[in-house]
Amino acid sequence: MDRSLLAALFLLAAAGSVLLPLSVLGLSWMEVDKEIWAHLLDTVLSSLLVNTLVLLLGVGVIVSLLGVSLAWLTAVCDFPGRKFFDWALMLPLAMPTYVIAFVVLGLLDYSGPLQSALRDVFGSSFVLPEIRSAAGLVLVLSLVLYPYVYMLARSAFLSQGRGLLDAARVLGLGPWMGFYKVALPMARPAIAGGVALALMETLADFGAVSVFNYDTFTTAIYKTWYGFFNIHAAGQLASLLLLFVVVALWLERRSRGEARYHQGGQKYRIQLTGWQAWIATLFCILVLSCAFVIPVAKLLSWVAQNHLGDLDMRYVNLLGHSLGLAAVAGCVTVSIAFFLALIKRSYAWPLVSPLVQWATLGYALPGSILAVGIMLSFAFIDNGLTKLYTLMGIESGLYLVGGVLALILAYVVRFMAVAFGAIDSGFEQIRPSVIEAARSLGASWQQLLGRVYLPMLTPGLLTAMLLVFVDVMKEMPATLLLRPFGWDTLAVRVYEMTSEGEWERAALPGITLVLAGLIPVLLLVRRSAR
Amino acid sequence: MPSFTRLFSSLLFVLFSLGSICSAFAEEVWVYSSRKEHLIKPLFDQYQKETGVSVRYITDKAPPLMARIKAEGKNTKADLFMTVDAGNLWQAANLGILAPLKSPILETNVPSHLRDAEGRWAGLSIRARTIVYSTERVQASELQTYESLAEPQWKGRLCLRTSKKVYNQSLVATMMEHLGEEKAQSIVSAWVTNLATPVFANDTKLMEAILAGQCDVGIVNTYYFGRLQKARPDIPLALFWPNQQGRGVHVNISGAGVTRYAKHPQAAQKLLEWLSSSSAQSAFAGLNMEYPVNAHVKPSEEVSAWGEFKADLIDVDVAGRNQAKAIMLMDRAGYR
Repeated sequence: MDRSLLAALFLLAAAGSVLLPLSVLGLSWMEVDKEIWAHLLDTVLSSLLVNTLVLLLGVGVIVSLLGVSLAWLTAVCDFPGRKFFDWALMLPLAMPTYVIAFVVLGLLDYSGPLQSALRDVFGSSFVLPEIRSAAGLVLVLSLVLYPYVYMLARSAFLSQGRGLLDAARVLGLGPWMGFYKVALPMARPAIAGGVALALMETLADFGAVSVFNYDTFTTAIYKTWYGFFNIHAAGQLASLLLLFVVVALWLERRSRGEARYHQGGQKYRIQLTGWQAWIATLFCILVLSCAFVIPVAKLLSWVAQNHLGDLDMRYVNLLGHSLGLAAVAGCVTVSIAFFLALIKRSYAWPLVSPLVQWATLGYALPGSILAVGIMLSFAFIDNGLTKLYTLMGIESGLYLVGGVLALILAYVVRFMAVAFGAIDSGFEQIRPSVIEAARSLGASWQQLLGRVYLPMLTPGLLTAMLLVFVDVMKEMPATLLLRPFGWDTLAVRVYEMTSEGEWERAALPGITLVLAGLIPVLLLVRRSAR
Repeated sequence: MPSFTRLFSSLLFVLFSLGSICSAFAEEVWVYSSRKEHLIKPLFDQYQKETGVSVRYITDKAPPLMARIKAEGKNTKADLFMTVDAGNLWQAANLGILAPLKSPILETNVPSHLRDAEGRWAGLSIRARTIVYSTERVQASELQTYESLAEPQWKGRLCLRTSKKVYNQSLVATMMEHLGEEKAQSIVSAWVTNLATPVFANDTKLMEAILAGQCDVGIVNTYYFGRLQKARPDIPLALFWPNQQGRGVHVNISGAGVTRYAKHPQAAQKLLEWLSSSSAQSAFAGLNMEYPVNAHVKPSEEVSAWGEFKADLIDVDVAGRNQAKAIMLMDRAGYR
């Protein structure tokens, strides 16, 4: 078959698999419940929008500050402990938002150990600012979401050569101005990609926001479904959320204009000395402790105090399912994302860009909404097929709903943006001249793929694989709804405990999940770290 | 990438073998449950030992499970739908996914206000949603009713859980039925005024706040209190049974119903009936420190120690009928 036809079919299939669950959202508009909409508009909608925007703004600012500064320090500077922090700062990625949220509340709420101790010292009227607030939630989410920015910005800084920065210095800019005026703008696609991921995750988050009882657009979607039992209105709200994301992403792309960002060249490092070096080290220690070390220690202490007794042979199964699903979904997602990015670069058809964009939208959807969309569309196909089976005399049954395929598809659709972002920013850094040179030397497509693209994209592919792997392990709502019978995972186990408020008992599956999430971080990142 | 094709084909294999498992003929019942695994698995294991019927189950929140049963339609694998909260059971019946049942056994074992009139679902355990207070800062004589928590003496002393939890929606739904919408709203608004701190995500956190001195009274489900008391027997907290001169304490249920398109309807009905029987009830309720629905079965020792109380005998399905109105009321009252 013709290669470009193949590419077109692939593109349509990828976009189509996202279209499937999204079309269910579109169909939800066929039935509009005026009473619920009037109620939402009259009472909660305006405060929800304000809440959501405050959250997005806060998380956006803090993850950018943390992610970019840490990436700059570890990728470009040198200070005591840099090699360790280089990979250790990615560890908070393994911490699900629903876990860090209950750990932080357990530690910092009025009844927690810190405030109780402070009251013992300073008297009973001593109160810290309310942690169950917008500021508290922004902090908690930022602590586990900054690695998205950190990882992407880090690869971008690593691949920047010293040439341009040297030029900047020759022209009279100091190292910090050089960072601000040259390195930062050049890393912009990567940083924007990371921030977009963090913000989409924030928008779709239901774990941390429910632990903090902070009302966002997503909690309203769930309330409309779980409380009013109006799945149509929930779908309508979700499609509005999606529209918002599409517009935001489009604006970001447009403001980038026609700028080009490929680069390369020699590596260099700024040697930090004296107090500067120690501040850098302390900053890294502070972030790593708050986002990872202290929460893990708290989880471990809960496990030790209470419920090591829950540990049994089932955990082998849970762990196996979590890792297996994450590995399969990771491979599938990364392969599809790679081809999407390749097609986007190789063909200048007018529809390519929007279709690729379309295929990466699933990340902004709340997990349950996406899951129910996939479930409904698969059930529709299944029930249709049943008629066919009956005609053909085959025993009927549901083969898609409740099968592994539906679950994997849900993961692929949900996390395509994550993989695509990492791989696409890898592509951004390859000079077109390299490809042109290879072509002019007569390289075939296979050679181009195997000897140019794949080797040059290895860091991006590994980052993508790692991100998807860890995200799938943490994923809860789609796993709950679509897993086949008996395929419980660690996230399911966490759900079983937290849904009835047994946070201490959730510590065991929680910590297992975090530790299992470290395996790929250690395997892949240490290999890619230089 | 040949390893990739191998991976994919084994994936397809797993998929289809899973499909064929469900058409096997062994005696089994498939349960979709939003009651937690650790509360149902011991009973299912016991049932299998006693009868040889194997029980397979999947857990999730109630609304997604209902959506799944509905979407799977005639092909669903679910024989029994099990959930907590009468509101959820009413919604399931309303959605048309449960089959009406004529079962003399259930009619004997389960009081009529705790099951559907058409037999589409039956309660299996009772939980009371009642007042909890600090024994250090509150005298039981200061407490009377849910409504009295709206009085100014509790300003800055009340803690509540979020209105998004269905247990609070059911509580307010029954208050609306008893007091009328207007009265109920003024009470809920006054609760909000009396709050000492933003509402909590769960009952356990709420009680910890009372222990820490952040507030003095709250409203919780009995078993959460039981769990805390079991871990720390000498906590300075106690349960209070409100509205004893009037309608009684608000109770809710966990329960189950046979699905409309069950593949094993008889087996599912037998399991449901067994769960309501004397032999299963004390374990079913006891595992979660709830009250049995079956009047012949005594609650566990630790639950009995909380004392007897007069329960509200209103049909529990009022929780479902009034749920949407209750949520709107709480939104208007600013109860998050």
